[in-house]
Amino acid sequence: MKEFLEGSHAVAEVVKLCKPGVVSAYPITPQTHIVEDLAQMVSDGTLKAEFVNVESEHSAASVVLGGEAAGVRSYTATSSQGLLYMAEVVFNIAGLRLPVVMTCANRAISAPINIWNDHQDSVSLRDTGWVQLFAENIQEAADFHLLAYRLGEDKSMMLPVMVCMDGFILTHGIETVDIPTQEQVDKFLPPYKALYKLDVENPISIGPLVDPEYYLETRYALQKTLEEALVLIPKLTAEFSKVFGRTYNGLVEGYRLEDAERAIVAMGSVCGTVKDVVDELRKKGKKVGLLKITSYRPFPIAAIYDALKNVPKVAVLDRAVSLGSFAPLASEVRAVFTGKKKAPKVISSFVVGLGGRDITKHSIKEIYSLLTAKELHGEYIDLKPELLTPEFKG
Amino acid sequence: MYGPLIIKPGTSRNNKTGSWRVELKPKFLQKDCIGCKMCAVICPEGCIQGEAKNTYICDYEFCKGCGACALICPKKDILMIKEE
Amino acid sequence: MKDHLFAAGHTACSGCGQVMAARLVIDASGKNTVVVNNTGCLEVLSTKYPESAWEIPWLHSLFENAAAVASGVESGLKYLGKKEGTNIIAQGGDGSTADIGLQALSGMLERGHDILYVCYDNEAYMNTGVQRSGLTPFDTNTTTSPTGALAVGNLRPKKPMPEIAAAHGIPYVATASVGFPQDIQKKVKKAFSVKGPKYIQIHVPCPLGWRYEPQLSINIGKLAVECGLYPLIEYENGKLSGVKQIQPKPVEEYLKAQGRFKHLLSKPEEIKKIQEIADSNIQKYGLKLPAATG
Repeated sequence: MKEFLEGSHAVAEVVKLCKPGVVSAYPITPQTHIVEDLAQMVSDGTLKAEFVNVESEHSAASVVLGGEAAGVRSYTATSSQGLLYMAEVVFNIAGLRLPVVMTCANRAISAPINIWNDHQDSVSLRDTGWVQLFAENIQEAADFHLLAYRLGEDKSMMLPVMVCMDGFILTHGIETVDIPTQEQVDKFLPPYKALYKLDVENPISIGPLVDPEYYLETRYALQKTLEEALVLIPKLTAEFSKVFGRTYNGLVEGYRLEDAERAIVAMGSVCGTVKDVVDELRKKGKKVGLLKITSYRPFPIAAIYDALKNVPKVAVLDRAVSLGSFAPLASEVRAVFTGKKKAPKVISSFVVGLGGRDITKHSIKEIYSLLTAKELHGEYIDLKPELLTPEFKG
Repeated sequence: MYGPLIIKPGTSRNNKTGSWRVELKPKFLQKDCIGCKMCAVICPEGCIQGEAKNTYICDYEFCKGCGACALICPKKDILMIKEE
Repeated sequence: MKDHLFAAGHTACSGCGQVMAARLVIDASGKNTVVVNNTGCLEVLSTKYPESAWEIPWLHSLFENAAAVASGVESGLKYLGKKEGTNIIAQGGDGSTADIGLQALSGMLERGHDILYVCYDNEAYMNTGVQRSGLTPFDTNTTTSPTGALAVGNLRPKKPMPEIAAAHGIPYVATASVGFPQDIQKKVKKAFSVKGPKYIQIHVPCPLGWRYEPQLSINIGKLAVECGLYPLIEYENGKLSGVKQIQPKPVEEYLKAQGRFKHLLSKPEEIKKIQEIADSNIQKYGLKLPAATG
């Protein structure tokens, strides 16, 4: 049913339809509306779940780890410092192959403290073994939770999935969203059956000490499974389309790329702005396009190659930095084309929108105009030089 | 694909820690034992068993030779003797 | 040997006090128990892949989060309707309990989960090589509180964990010692006779870290209790409800048995300070047995 909903409410509604048995979270802006809604549903009896109010994000992640280890579908949400605080548990959940689903309301990292949107939190945890899906809009954010449980709980996967949605822009924005029915969700998402669990009838030990004889294989298995996810995701989105009537590729989405001479690569809500600019510039006869990356982990190397191999000039937008090196998304997009005959002549890298700095249509147009034969590395857009001083002046 | 993840229960028994003993091992005399079970209760390896007095023995496959059983025995019915 | 729920073949040091206690705890709790273990000696020595000493479902996640993970396990089992008849234990060493895991433990106690938390207190970070923890006693020589020209040893007394746990108003808190093995099992059974969060802290002498011969774990545990340095007490609903009374022995008897206190034997003024700690415990908890009449 189509409703005019805040992003957080839409996500909470869809999570409820997924019937998690254990929900745990700790307050942090801009994630909090989601779990407030879930707490109310539990309180009202419309969601049958154990809602565990914890004393930190570290424990929120630990509680859902425990819930999954008991064989129960579990859910948590966090943001920014909260994600960093749970970082070691995030790694641990993937290593234990527990298909937790978490929403990350993407937000900048302190210091200085800043509650607004960028991708530094999720991107900093890209190497944890989690699937990371970036949503462009509220409908995607809601839908990706259905996909997340279905994908993560697949017997061949058993991977945790992080649905990344831009803080405030999507969590607090309001759009028309199609919330599916319980029947639809039940059709797409079967009840959770754990691969293994804590069970007094079958008393296994989970989480052993693994020495050099055995550790390497645990990482290899995660790597291969994430690569297999690149095959499974499009199969599941095809099935998703049949049940819910909305079509996603799930890995990448090309927008007016067919004959594009210049293309932007981006993740998250900024893709909406880029699409508007593409339409405007196309009207003026400029051959521009967009490649939206939905699945940041696993990184869809082949899909990116196919989409961009014939585009002469590519601009990669990063809403996160790898301080002291290339911007993270840009360096990976470049790596896709290393040693390839067909490749863009130019892959320029732009850092945008850190700490909630608006990325306007003007910013995007500037990026297209900077996309020339001269390759740029980590060019900061909308930088205010007047705020910078060579020495500390207090 | 999965790597090493879980372990079956009680599989540590494959690890015969008796090889750790260096000098001494307990000898259960089974003479003055009153069946107080203290040796079995405190054995760190859990490798001492018995039903009634003068029946207690230890499994040398696992005994590390710590000597706690000999020390706790109220009747001095367990002696630490040299390994052969 | 099949009847124990903690099997032989684990890799604990010879004479380890912690495995004595761990076996007593799990045997008292029974086979319908789920254990969540913090990182530490007990985890490492019992579950080195591909061998586990545990006969019950067992989970290790991280150093400091067993209390929170167990909260999730309890919530999951409740959701499944499988909580009734299942005992849940979260356990760890003194460092993972009183230092890095204190927050998660406090959360578990405050939220009222039906879980027994067991702290195996060997009074330092033994798994990493005998570093000082919040439960290391005053003046102890550890690798991070070494004696030297300017220092006697650990500068601070033990953190009062049993009181901290009891201050949460939980139904049951107890201390125990491998020096009194049957008492451990009695207290575990008592803990599981009540619903809600429970905390038991067990003094587990460590031959390697405390530097004594491996056969002496039980005796040293006993001495700590008998001199008043490790009072065996119980709290029910935040109120002191049980005390094991003693005929106090001088602390020197306990100290001189261990290498970690060897440096104190030439320092009577330091021994006096430790005697004062014991005396204060004796007074505070009423540990002293009434003088025999007659």
